[in-house]
Amino acid sequence: MLEEKDRKIVSALADGIPFVPRPYAVLAEKAGMEEEEFLSRLKDLKTQGILRRVGAVLQHRRAGFSANALCIWNVPEDRLDGVGAAVSREPSVSHCYSRETAPEWPYNFYAMIHAHSREVCESIADRISAENGLGERKTFYSVREWKKAAMRYFCENH
Amino acid sequence: MLSEFDKAILNAVQGEFPLESRPFAVLAKRLHTDETTLIARLTELKRDGYLRRLGAYFDSDALGYKGTLIALYVSPDKFASVIEAINRYDGITHNYEREGEYNLWFTLQTASESQRQIILDEIHGLPGVEKMLELRSAKKYKVRVQFRLD
Repeated sequence: MLEEKDRKIVSALADGIPFVPRPYAVLAEKAGMEEEEFLSRLKDLKTQGILRRVGAVLQHRRAGFSANALCIWNVPEDRLDGVGAAVSREPSVSHCYSRETAPEWPYNFYAMIHAHSREVCESIADRISAENGLGERKTFYSVREWKKAAMRYFCENH
Repeated sequence: MLSEFDKAILNAVQGEFPLESRPFAVLAKRLHTDETTLIARLTELKRDGYLRRLGAYFDSDALGYKGTLIALYVSPDKFASVIEAINRYDGITHNYEREGEYNLWFTLQTASESQRQIILDEIHGLPGVEKMLELRSAKKYKVRVQFRLD
């Protein structure tokens, strides 16, 4: 489990990195420690893999990625890891998960594909199917984003 | 319209943001500009809606949270009220309307099983929610939201 100081760091970062010359000094103050300690703990969290990365996320639609599809397949259990590794190498795939199935829902493999048009998106999904010998695919294109927020860890109100 | 400089900035900030005292200065040097110019341009790119967020992304599993994906079919006349109710939960971070037999898909992260169940029961009971699928994550193969601008 995380130490109290690290939890403070995670929660100080809930609103992102401020656009000021020394952003970590501002965040460190929120977390009640010196900038140096904040940065050294943050680096440790990175080394341990608890922090995946610090970086920016774009508004992908605004940046021209207008076709965004959740593609779903049913992959035999023993092939999941291999297919997962292959699909993860696709630059146009942002999220790739295996998931539990549900009654009347045999699909266990999920990938989000982003492209500039539906035509391109379909061709990527078709190629992924063909290269990995996957069967029937279900495709759910995004119509509208109603919420996209970064998770605020250790500060939920529900 | 994005300039070549803007695209270079947006590609660069989607990489690893420096864990150093003056991170914008480090990044500015790589982009052959200066700290003040970079901060000013990033502020504008955010204001104009190209940049969603500059932040830290944690591994939810490592922080003790479990994630699930929920698919709903919501009747069109109740869509607005269901979205309003769903978006109020902090643990629901992504909520997308999609075409198809399930028309609303959202992710939920919770720190406990009981909290997850309470939230899902509340949502299942909302007027207009006609079908609900819970698709718990088994294995995460990739989470890397990066869009290369050419």
